[in-house]
Amino acid sequence: MSGLAMPKPDDATMRRRDEIVADMRIIVPGEGVVDAANSMRAFESDGLTAYRQLPLVVVLPQTVAQVSRVLKYCNDRNIRVVPRGSGTSLSGGALPLEDAVLLVMSRFNRILGIDFPNRVVVAQPGVTNLGITTAVEQEGFYYAPDPSSQIACSIGGNVAENSGGVHCLKYGLTANNVLGIEMVLMNGEVVRLGGSHLDAEGYDLLGVMTGSEGLLGVVTEVTVRILKKPETARALLIGFPTSEQGGQCVADIIGAGIIPGGMEMMDRPAIHAAEDFVHAGYPLDVEALLIVELDGPGVEVDHLIGLVEAIAYKNGSTTCRISQSEQERLSFWAGRKAAFPAVGRISPDYYCMDGTIPRKELPRVLAGMRELSEKYGLGVANVFHAGDGNLHPLILYDANVPGELDKAESFGADILRLCVKVGGVLTGEHGVGVEKRDLMPEMFTQIDLDQQMRVKCAFDPNHLLNPGKVFPQLRRCAELGRMHISGGKLPFPDIPRF
Amino acid sequence: MTTFTPTTPSEVLSTVAWAAAEGSPLEILGHGSKRGIGRPLQTEHTLDLSKLSGVTLYEPAELVLSAKAGTPLAEIEKLLTENGQQLAFEPMDYGPLLGGEAGKGTIGGVLAANLSGPRRLKAGAARDHILGINVVSGRGEAFKSGGRVVKNVTGYDMSKLMANSWGTLAVFTDVTFKVLPAAETEITLAIRGLLDDAAATAMALALGSSAEVSSAAHLPERIAARVASGSLGSEAATLLRVEGFGPSVAYRIAALKTLLGKAGPLQEIAGEASSLIWRDVRDCRPFADDSEKPVWRVSMTPGQCHQMVLTLRMQAAVSAFYDWQGGLVWLRMEQGDPEAALLRGLLRKHGGGHATLVRAAPSHRAALPVFEPQPPALAALSQRLKQEFDPKNILNPGRMA
Repeated sequence: MSGLAMPKPDDATMRRRDEIVADMRIIVPGEGVVDAANSMRAFESDGLTAYRQLPLVVVLPQTVAQVSRVLKYCNDRNIRVVPRGSGTSLSGGALPLEDAVLLVMSRFNRILGIDFPNRVVVAQPGVTNLGITTAVEQEGFYYAPDPSSQIACSIGGNVAENSGGVHCLKYGLTANNVLGIEMVLMNGEVVRLGGSHLDAEGYDLLGVMTGSEGLLGVVTEVTVRILKKPETARALLIGFPTSEQGGQCVADIIGAGIIPGGMEMMDRPAIHAAEDFVHAGYPLDVEALLIVELDGPGVEVDHLIGLVEAIAYKNGSTTCRISQSEQERLSFWAGRKAAFPAVGRISPDYYCMDGTIPRKELPRVLAGMRELSEKYGLGVANVFHAGDGNLHPLILYDANVPGELDKAESFGADILRLCVKVGGVLTGEHGVGVEKRDLMPEMFTQIDLDQQMRVKCAFDPNHLLNPGKVFPQLRRCAELGRMHISGGKLPFPDIPRF
Repeated sequence: MTTFTPTTPSEVLSTVAWAAAEGSPLEILGHGSKRGIGRPLQTEHTLDLSKLSGVTLYEPAELVLSAKAGTPLAEIEKLLTENGQQLAFEPMDYGPLLGGEAGKGTIGGVLAANLSGPRRLKAGAARDHILGINVVSGRGEAFKSGGRVVKNVTGYDMSKLMANSWGTLAVFTDVTFKVLPAAETEITLAIRGLLDDAAATAMALALGSSAEVSSAAHLPERIAARVASGSLGSEAATLLRVEGFGPSVAYRIAALKTLLGKAGPLQEIAGEASSLIWRDVRDCRPFADDSEKPVWRVSMTPGQCHQMVLTLRMQAAVSAFYDWQGGLVWLRMEQGDPEAALLRGLLRKHGGGHATLVRAAPSHRAALPVFEPQPPALAALSQRLKQEFDPKNILNPGRMA
């Protein structure tokens, strides 16, 4: 993937750069247009830092009308646009293109409305995920999806990526917590989907927009459902001699009808790296460590802790600690939350993957990863949203060793192929972006991909919005639109007809 | 007039491919339990999916179930119940309201109509639980989207696009849903004798507490008598359902009683009696009267519901009751005229939302937009999607028009 092929820059656009910059300054006056290379440097990559590219120009609009005019201007002149929120994507979704306007939504940073009786917040897309919770927590409310980048990532970006987080097993993904959006199509039209009511009156375009990675429209307003904070939360820290036992424990917890607020697993390398880093008191003699968090009224949490503890012992846990204080609960999480930087300490670089598998396949996938680790000569540490089967293998490599990045990427691709092979998927929450774009055919046939591109064609027929992301190969919408009729033969003569 | 009854996905594919080549419209049918919703169809042929049936994968520990599209919902719910699980979104049964049998409907129909029930408030609708689909588009192309795992952002969520598409974009052959454990205990707290506005306040208070209320409905006077065989009596009932493990439910009900002690007389309803009430609220039983009096299903901002209904009453004779804390209003138009323009105008003035004419005489359904009309840019976008997936307009043509 280091040799990532992006759409060829459009010569006409490149030649007209000065004119485009000047026009952008008319549409977005003041400080909203950045065209000096050294100032644009801050926008050259997102959370997937292996890829960098300066955009044609950076535009930071402040009003919906400006977004609409920028998009219409670009649409009329065949200029590409890459939307960006806070730039925390781990899959390169906001990677600029040389010939594209980078449309940065960070100045849309206001909360527009808080309605406690109806439990909704209306926010501009540049408000951070945590900013929503901050705005309502004095009344005891919060916004449930909590991606680990929540301090920085924007709610608009969350919509684009359908972000998850540790608590989505119980409280759902972004898609389940967003009630409405306002967005601007590439042709400049402003469209509202949903609102503070539930479900769509027609096709569920809100469902399609959520997780569309900035290819269908630019979100200018988001309405989310907020929830009352659980009265209390406690966690169990459970160690197992084998990952099989840990996996069975997870299955048995769910089998007992318990959906924990969070359920995370770490493997031996991740446990050791985390413990060395934050000294959370993790046991070092186990192969799998499970953190199970239960939230709700105290009486419920106490009841469920008893059940989970019994399930853990039945599955051969060798250690099981139950948090007795908020401080202790947070210490259980400290190691897990620091797992990425902890791995960063034991290796010069690491590459974070994001596949999802049916949970029962965990032992098989971990074994497969060990084999691949030997084959590529690179270490791997695993953190795992155990409740929903979302794996985050961290591949350890050194970018200063020639060829090691390529090796890490090949290793990562093999892991994702393995995920697909056992019935899983390429990405659970980080998105396809540019990172997994070329792996899409592992999961989808060309016919499957064509249907997704047809959705794209309905929204943006000229492929101007965020091209080069998600789809391994762009097909012209006119070509896709043709009907290929295989002949008007009557279907199977043996289908029952009445 | 031919009815095709495929038994395999490849037979569905060849049927639709043939219809596409001929430009010959198909009515897509499961059990036909929701056939009375939408503009009446006059297609030459029918594609009956009821023989494309059977659960193909069920792994309780993985919380996943796949079934062929024509599998009876009742069969799936029975299987889940046997395993202590459920479709948490509680899909409603339109049968009784539309004058049909109860207990019909297929799993494909559940997705096509994006069904849900009183637990929609907390648990979402079919759209929130669908994990993957296999379908045949109106182009006669078989494709898949999604998978069998909960966390999946690989490509566009085409499964959600199919939710509420009423068979107008593609024919489903297989669907995969997330399933969840059924609650061990349920108790309903009823506040009696409230008027609509007081009920709205009480429901907002309950939902804003940490009692994790899973459903909140208000049945005004007399409507209350039409659920659970009259067991509630006719006095207005504001219903709050609490579900979960026994000790937790007891604690949360006690907390609600403290919170709402002054709202009105309280009554606790447990177990089977509680579930019967919610089943009837779910299925709009109060208006299941074997008549053709128009019935509307209105989704709106919860806090505005009673004002909207109050204003409506000044101009039309209506019966109303509320689910989803008031976010779902069921309306029966007592004088036989749907009053579509009046209702939709009021809805826009009260925070917006959408009104669907779920029951009406065919003449009304042919003359009025059954589904909420969309603003021009959104309508054009929806039309472009339809054009992409069904360019010959052969799948349930006009049903959502």
